[in-house]
Formats: sequence, structure tokens, C-alpha cells
Amino acid sequence: MRETIRFLLDGEPRELGGVDPTLTVLQLLRGPLRRPGTKEGCAEGDCGACTVALGEFDAKGKVQWRAVNACILFAPMLDGRALMTVESLKQGDALHPVQQAMVQTHGSQCGFCTPGFVMSLWVRDQKGAGCDMPVEDVLAGNLCRCTGYGPIAEAAAVADGLPKPKTVDQASALKALDVAESLGLAWDDPQAGRTRRWFSPRSLAELADLAEQYPQAVILAGATDVGLWVTKQHRALDTVIWIGDVAELKTMAETEAGLRIGAGVRYSDAYAALAERLPDLGEMMRRLGSVQVRNSGTIGGNIANGSPIGDMPPALIAAGATLTLRLGGKTRDLPLEDYFLAYGKQDRAPGEFVEAVTVHPAGPDRFYRVYKLSKRFDQDISAVCAGIALDIKDGQIEAARIAFGGMAATPKRASNAEQALAGQAFDEATVDLACKALETDFAPIDDMRASAAYRMASAKNLLRRAYLEWRGEASTRVLEVEALDA
Amino acid sequence: MPDSGQAKTRAAEAQPHIVGQSIRHDSAEKHVSGLAQYIDDIPEPSGTLQIYLAQSSRAHARLLKLDVSAVRSAQGVACVLTAADVPGKNDYSPIMGDDPIFAEDKVEYVGQCLFAVAAETLAQARAASALAVVEYEDLPAVLTIDAAREADLTLEPSQVMRLGDAQGEIAKAPRRLWGHVAIGGQDHFYLEGHIAMAAPKEDGDVHVWSSTQNPSEVQHIVAKALGIRDHGVVVENRRMGGGFGGKETQPSLMAAVAALAAVKTGRPAKLRLDRDDDMVMTGKRHDFEVDWSVGFDDQGRLKGATFDLASRCGYSYDLSGSINDRAMFHSDNAYFLNAAEIVSHRFKTHTVSNTAFRGFGGPQGMIAIERAMDAIALSLGADPLDVRLANLYGPGRDLTPYGQVVEDSIAKELMERLAETSDYRKRRAAILEWNRTSPVLKRGIALTPVKFGISFTATHLNQAGALVHVYTDGSVMLNHGGTEMGQGLYIKVAQVVAEVFGIELERVRITATATDKVPNTSATAASSGSDLNGMAALDAAQRIRQRLIDFACQEFGCGPEQVSFANNTVQAGATELPFQELVRRAYFNRVGLSATGYYKTPKIHYDRSKHQGRPFFYYAYGAAVSEVAIDTLTGENRTLRVDILHDVGRSLNPAIDLGQIEGGFIQGMGWLTTEELVYDDQGRLRTHAPSTYKIPACSDRPKDFRIDLWDGPNREETIYRSKAVGEPPLMLAISVFSALTQAVASVGDHRIMPDLDAPATPERILKAVDDVRRRSAQ
Repeated sequence: MRETIRFLLDGEPRELGGVDPTLTVLQLLRGPLRRPGTKEGCAEGDCGACTVALGEFDAKGKVQWRAVNACILFAPMLDGRALMTVESLKQGDALHPVQQAMVQTHGSQCGFCTPGFVMSLWVRDQKGAGCDMPVEDVLAGNLCRCTGYGPIAEAAAVADGLPKPKTVDQASALKALDVAESLGLAWDDPQAGRTRRWFSPRSLAELADLAEQYPQAVILAGATDVGLWVTKQHRALDTVIWIGDVAELKTMAETEAGLRIGAGVRYSDAYAALAERLPDLGEMMRRLGSVQVRNSGTIGGNIANGSPIGDMPPALIAAGATLTLRLGGKTRDLPLEDYFLAYGKQDRAPGEFVEAVTVHPAGPDRFYRVYKLSKRFDQDISAVCAGIALDIKDGQIEAARIAFGGMAATPKRASNAEQALAGQAFDEATVDLACKALETDFAPIDDMRASAAYRMASAKNLLRRAYLEWRGEASTRVLEVEALDA
Repeated sequence: MPDSGQAKTRAAEAQPHIVGQSIRHDSAEKHVSGLAQYIDDIPEPSGTLQIYLAQSSRAHARLLKLDVSAVRSAQGVACVLTAADVPGKNDYSPIMGDDPIFAEDKVEYVGQCLFAVAAETLAQARAASALAVVEYEDLPAVLTIDAAREADLTLEPSQVMRLGDAQGEIAKAPRRLWGHVAIGGQDHFYLEGHIAMAAPKEDGDVHVWSSTQNPSEVQHIVAKALGIRDHGVVVENRRMGGGFGGKETQPSLMAAVAALAAVKTGRPAKLRLDRDDDMVMTGKRHDFEVDWSVGFDDQGRLKGATFDLASRCGYSYDLSGSINDRAMFHSDNAYFLNAAEIVSHRFKTHTVSNTAFRGFGGPQGMIAIERAMDAIALSLGADPLDVRLANLYGPGRDLTPYGQVVEDSIAKELMERLAETSDYRKRRAAILEWNRTSPVLKRGIALTPVKFGISFTATHLNQAGALVHVYTDGSVMLNHGGTEMGQGLYIKVAQVVAEVFGIELERVRITATATDKVPNTSATAASSGSDLNGMAALDAAQRIRQRLIDFACQEFGCGPEQVSFANNTVQAGATELPFQELVRRAYFNRVGLSATGYYKTPKIHYDRSKHQGRPFFYYAYGAAVSEVAIDTLTGENRTLRVDILHDVGRSLNPAIDLGQIEGGFIQGMGWLTTEELVYDDQGRLRTHAPSTYKIPACSDRPKDFRIDLWDGPNREETIYRSKAVGEPPLMLAISVFSALTQAVASVGDHRIMPDLDAPATPERILKAVDDVRRRSAQ
């Protein structure tokens, strides 16, 4: 196994060995690489001050850039990638158009968040991953406390109109890194007195072997959650197996059973296919995390970690999804909802890992909705997330699959509410009964996101919203409303 | 004499041409290229120690035991500091002496600093801190305003401000209303967290880089902690990554600990709080509970008003006295109350000590009267704008509850113009109509004013100093006591100096605020930065300019009125020469080219014992119209369109001012909508990172956002007749809260005043909607 991390910085090859594999890219930049332009604002991937650009080959063999949060990205995840930071953009004394535009529109005040915004805008300028959205969405993962965002959004438009500088294609340099061999790092942690290991396997078989060999290892995908174990909880991870370079896990395929999404597929790569199939799921994904989070995080990871507040599980449970787990040479399938056993406990054996999730196709009578409630629309963890799938024929509900996040210790189906709906006419009386049934399905808790009372009241109202939307009589989407003309 | 006439013409033409321009922030190019240096970016001197602060896990407890011996012997640890290790005074409070750097015999909030560990790496310091043996004996913790009221736990006696006989007037009034509103606090969420780095020097002196709005105070506190004189401490700051009041008093803790570690070990030491520690350990905006009552006539005009303001100050005094005073000062907002009784309680709680935050109590003070305006309008079936207009200060109705006469009110003209340009009346009619046909989504619109008093209400703070050097190559070094936190103070003051010398801005170098350049400065706070420092710098520059004029008269045989400075050139009678040439000649003729400048705000005085006087030099005005939509099933809400007309006097730099207005508004909107501080019943803050504490994101800004500047000069003699702009725009966001109130009221056909507390999260909106529905069904 290869023992050094190889990556490009400003297009130049770098080799890195002998570092703590759970050193974050932000720490690497600000420390050994002496690039303090990239800032730490939160160390949890929420503020975007640490945004950098990672380049990697897309399916067509071209370099695709993605904005990511360096604060929760581990150094070995740079392996085989090209890294660009805010210091990379100037050519001689000339600012890059996005920098120029930010200056022109007065887009910086205190300037601390600015490098992150500049990098998000730079990736947008490169037509990077997840940037094919309105500028508000592209910048949802960058917090600014000074400007109120107007001048920054304007800078994006101004930059679009500025002449583009020549850019050096980093494809050949990236290829020359030659990272076909798997990466395996071992680092002696002086503090813990233990050896910390990192593996970046290149194939599913290799991954399965490693997972069996190190059954207690952390299986890492995008690090948008595990990263926080290190930066927030200060946990020492002894063995990490990263699936980000396992080619088989990064594919999506149309199968007979439905759309099969490999565990290593990132949100931004799955977005188009899912949004096309299930528009409401797409709308939820637009609000889930941020460009940076969706560029790192995976749908498989959102499921595997078993969080009660992950947004994908309730949406996918309602849609009807099967989870495929692998242990060594064997795989098994289970309905997604069955994976979640209890708080912090999933149906996963030591050495076993999530290989894929398959979203089943729906018939023509399917009425599908996903609703995400949070204090802030963008990049906020849901107080309540509802996935609702009803098969409705001639006003009769033939089948109901409803799942909620934020209402229980796991993502969970609302079986009693489903029962109240199935076989009934879809009308107000039925909806009232289903709302009543929710009280027996769930006993939500009070926390910093919402009270139990709000969770229950709004969960019921989301069923009502679904009904109103099915009837199509009232406007129910506050995000679609614009100011009235006089 | 024709020459003199010409010179006069030129001088007259030399109207401000740098001042008043939309000049970009002085650091803009550095910001966008990652080259602007914040304290954590300064290359660390070799051997720099990293410091971690150990915190109390209890809200209120006796500290029975604090054994740090295992910490001291842990790997990498260079020193451990406890209360016993402070050679001077163990206190970092600004006023009262009640903020221990390290806890002594008790702890009074979760997050209070117990001890510090300085080690080779931060990870080592953090790990070592866990080895301490801490034993507590829990004491009853008072966590909320209600609990403190119950326990009668206050930090100072309740204050009262009176105008006439409010109770009597209300009793006599044809109509009466009353209400209660709870107003949440707010975390500053500056993107750069608290940080200090200290380097030991000879003689036990120390140099401290501190992310502070108040270098002089940090200097004094560090010196006291070290037990040395002020002259042994230099505090320096080039820029902060945001401040918003959060770095007015709080930085002294970090600076004092870093300095103590540096002096004790003889090694440089750095202390940077991560986001969670920053949010848990440092103060925030005060949350308030306000009871109000008003008496008014059939036109909605006030006869009298009473306000009972109660705030959660936290465990110590900090600046709570002045902050709560300002809440009282702004209980009237822009309205003549006729008779008023304003009572203010400053409650002590076992939570973090709340501190300055943009608006400094003013925003909390204004909320209740704006609630009252909405309630009066609903009770009369009137347009709230008409009620607001009817109650504004005006001729014969100009006395505030604190005895200052409002001489400069432009609120009426300003609001009427805004109502016109924003099409407020037509849009309100259209919204009322739209709501009738929309059962789930409801809209609301509101136009609210802001009148904000400008000056520190502690009169002695209204002074400033500056230092200007002109070097022999004609370049200028500018330094003043104000700090740069993104608000554009440095560029504004540089514009003033460039203007005085008639030179291009590039020739003026703005240098880091430092206590060894300009001493005894006030915090950059109270929106006063450019008012005070601009005037002090003007004074310094004018002194040098006068010397240059005197010299030019002697050198070129002209009169002083024949000397003018513009376009890097000096005209002296018939002679025209480059500025640097005049400077060079002046040097050879032994003319002093360095000067200090000084300014103190005129006219102001205040007797706090009676709460009477003229605390404010002038008022800044503004108004905003906000249109919102709510979802009555979930409480989700959006601000759709905002129109602002704001008064900055004659702007020093319109681009910078517009930035303050737009950013201040969004920050205020966050305070009143999505930003919620949640403490649990153990006094632990549960929202201590951006994952749980939600400041506005890019898409939260209104899609349609129109901002305009009012075009009149300040009637008072301020720096180029400009007005302060830092804080006032934040309160324009009260229009959002009021519009949300209107949207909620629509479910009760605008007959019932909704009970809506701030922040108006989806949960609070839904609760208010359901409550109005219930009440209107009764």
C-alpha cells in the first residue's frame, strides 16, 4: 500500500506523509502549508469560511471542481485530488473575476467569511458540482454576518460578465499523481499512545476485506458527520476506512428494482436523478446541508449513521427503498425502515457496511410529498421531516407509506396514521383520523430545535398540507410566494 | 486682488471630493485574496504556547476543590493558571469588579473559566484540562427573568424614568390597552471568534494582539491582572472578523489569560476560543420581558404609556447598567408619549453575563412601543401607519421621558416619503384582499420608524484621539483610537485625512489601532466610531495643514486664504507645487509634521440619578417597510420585500453606509426571526454552534430589497455633517416583526392582537396563529 498522500496544490504535485490521518485539511492549510487565507469559523461545516475547491475527474474524464468545507475534511481525502484555496486565484497581481467582482460590489466588510465566499463563487465560475442552481442556493453554505448577502449575490452576477482569465487545465497533472494503488496510513498518536490507521481501498472487494479485518473501524464516506466527531467531540479515531475511492460504490444504476444508489454517491451527484423522479425530494435536497455538504456527504452515509434527524431516511422510506448491506462476499437486502433499530443502534453486524440503497419506482397513482420544517430554510437540521407517499385511485387511498424524522429516536413510519388512511377516501375526515393516529405513532421530545408540542402539531398539519396540495385548491408553499405588486 | 479671488474660487471648488465618495473598504483586495491578516493568521513566534480554558459545568455552585496537579504534569503542559496564579487583580470586568478571570470560591454560570492550561499544542492543553479534579457543591441556580424576579435577584436597583403622570393620564384616556412581550437574546456570531496572542518583552512588559473593540480597556485590565502599570502593556488590533458589540468588554478575558501565560512562562502564548466555547463562555444580547400599557384617544394618539422592562443580565454587571438605560431611552422609539413611566429591572441570573450588542438595549426598548402601535391600530381598525404617524414627535410634542427636547425629528417626512416610494398603501390594500382568498398562506406588511440617540450615554466616553504623521516623501500615517471590525471606519477616517491634505487616498496609510500610539480611547461602540475618530483625525490633520499653510505663506509670500490643497497639489498664491514638495521644504525649514488630534462631543450632559438631561448629541432616523408571508399550518415565514429609507446625514461614504444599513437590517431580522438561544434547565446553552443557532443565510434576505439614503445633512456639526450608522439600521427589522404580527392577525380578521414573542420562529408563529384562531372562535 502507498503510504503518502498525493495531491495537487495550485496545480503542483505535493506529497504528504507522516501526518495524523484525522488532521483536517483546514489544519493542514493553516499549519504546515502556511496558508492562513482559509478561515475557521465553526469547525463543523456550517459556516463555509473554510471553503476550498477540490478537483477530481468526472465520468467524462474532465476535472470537475467542487466546493467543500476544509474544516471537516480529513487530509487523506485530498489523495488524488487537486486543491485550490483563496491564495490560488490571483494571477500575478490580477485578481480573479470573482475576486474583482467582490471588491467592486463591496462584498466584504469584516472580510473573515470572504475567502469562503470567494471559493464558492470560483467553483460556480468553473461550473463546478452542485452549482447549477440560483446563487442563493450556491451560497447557502457560506454565512456572512456583516453584509446581509446582497452585495455578494450581486458579485456573482458581476463576475459572470467579466472576461475570463486563462486557466491551466490540471487534468494531466492530476493523472500524473498516479494514485491507482490503495492508500494505507499508519501514524503513532503520541497523545493516545496508539497507532492510528487509515485506509483508502480502491475496490469493493478490498473494502469488504478491510472491513472484516478491522470490524471496529469507522467506515467513512463524506465526513460531514464523522468529521465532527473529531473536531467537536475530540474523539480519537483509531481506524478509518474511507470509501471515497471505491469505484463500485460511486455508481448509480437503473435496475429492475429501481434506482440503485451506491453508498459512496454524494448528494450533489444523485440530485438530478432523484429530483427528476421525485420533485419534492429534490426540493428537500436543495435545502439539505449546502453545496459544500452535498459535495462531500453521501446518501449512504446519511442512512448508515442512523441519525434520528437525517432527512433522507424518512423521504426514502416513504418512497419505498431497500438497503443493501455487505459483509465480506455476501450481501443482504432489507427494507430501509428495518435498518433503524433504536437510538444509536442499527441492524449492521461488525464488519458489515452499507453498499447501496435502491429507490423503487412508483406507479402512476403515487402522490408523493417531502416536507422539511426547520428554523431556517437553508442548511438547517429539521425539527420535523415528513415523507408521505400515497397511492390514490379515484379519491381512494389504496396504500399509504408515511415516515417522519425528528419525531422519534429513529426515522420511523407512522404505521397508525398509514392504517387510518389506507383504504379510505382521501377527505378531511380521513385526514383528521390520521392526524389523531399520529398521537399514537409518536411521542416526540422537546429540544433546541422545537418543542414536542410543535413537533406533533406541525406533523399533523403536514398531513393536512398534503391533503390540501392533493386537492390543489390552496397555495401552501411559502417559498414560492413573491411580493405582491401594488 | 485678482489672485486672491482666484484662490478663493479654487478653495470654494475644493469641496469635499474624497469625503462623500463610495470608496471601497481599505482592505477589500486583501479580503478577497486571503491576505488580510487576522490575529490567528499572524505567524506565531517560535515556541508559542496554545491555551485552553477549562470551564464550569455548573450554573451555580461552591467550588469545593480545584486540584490541577495532574494537569500540570501532563504531556506538553508549560503552565497552568488558576486564581492563585494571578499576581495582580483577578478581574476582567469593565466597571464593577465582578468578573473573575479564574473562578475563586464559587462558579456562577456554565462555561465560567476555572483555570487555563498553556501547552505546546492545543490538543495537549485540552486533554490535560480534563485531568483536573473539580468538586462542586451545587447551589440553587436562578436561570430566567421570572425566577430572578421571584427571587428578587438584581444587579442594581431598578431605575425609573418619568414624564408627567402616566398612570393618571392612562386612567383618564378614552381607550386603554396593555400587553406583554418576551424578546429573545442574540449571539453576535462574528465569524472570527475571540482570540488573543501575547508576547513577553523586557521588564515584565507584554505586547498583546487582541480581537477587541476596546484596546485601551484591554490594556488596563491586562496591566491590573499582571500587577504592572498601564505603560507596560501594548494592545494592538489591525482588524477584527466582526465585533457587533461582542468584542467591547469580552476580549479582556482572553487577553488577560494570554498575557499571564506569556509573562509567567517567558514564551509567547495564544488563546483562541473555538466556536462552541466562544458561544458558551461569552456574553450576548440581553433577553427581555416587557409589560406595557397605553392610554390613547379615538385617533390612536397616546395620552400616556408605561413600560416595565426586565432583562436577564447574567451573573455579573458588565455593561448592563448602560444597556438597560438605553432600553429605557428608546422605549419611546420615535413617538411622543405625552406622559410616561418607564421602569427597568436589571436581573441577575446564573447564566453568562450579557453584554453589548449592536443597538445596546435600544432594540429591546423599541419593541414594546411598536407592539403597542400595532395593538392600537387593530383595536381601532386603523392602518397602523396612521397610528404611527399620529404619534410622532413634532413641534410642541417634543419632550422625551428623559428631558431631552427632540429638535431634529424628520421621522414624519421620512416615513411619508417611504410610504410613497414603496407604494405602502396600495400594497396593504392588495394584501388584505389577497389574504381573503388564501386560507393557508397569509401576508402582512408594516412600516416602522427608527429614531436612535447618538452618543455614549456615559458622557465621559464621548472623546477620541488621533495621531497623524506626514513623512518627507509626502506619505501620511494615520492612527486613531477607533477599531476596524468591518464597518469601514478606517477608510472613512482616511478619507477625512486625505481630504484635509488634498491628496489621494493611496498616500494615507492606516495603521493598526494600538494603545502606544493613541492612549485612553473609548470602545469603538455606540455607532460613534467615525463621529469621534473622524473629528479627532480631522483635528490632527488640520494642525499639520495649518503649519504647512503658515510655512507656505512665508515661503511664497502669500496670504493663508491663498493656500489650497487639492489633487496632490498645493496652490500657494501664484505657486503650484506637489504636496510632497511642500512637505519636503517644510521639513528642511524645521516644521513639525506630526500632530495628535482630539475631540469631545459638545452639548451633551446627563444626570443618571434623575434620568434627566441631554444624553444624545443628535438622533439618527430611518424607516422600513417589510412585506412577509407566513404558513398558518407550520408557522414557516419569509420576508418578501423590504424598502428602507435611512438617514445618515451627509454620507462620508455611501457604499459603506449602505453596507451597514443592509447588513444591520438582516442582522436585526435574524434576531427577530430565526436566531434562538435555548438554555436547558441546568443552565446549559444548547445552541452553541451554527448547526443549532441559525443566523440568516443568503436566501433569507428579501428577494426584493430597496435601500435609499435620506439626503439631508446632520443639523449638528458632526464630521462633514454625517450621521452615525452602525447601530440604527438593525432596528429597521422591527418592521419584519410587525409585518409578521399583521399576517398572524389576519387569521382573526384583524380584530385580535396576536401574542407573538421574539424570535418569531415557525413554532412561535404557529402558536400565535392557533391562539388567535382560538380567541376569535370564542
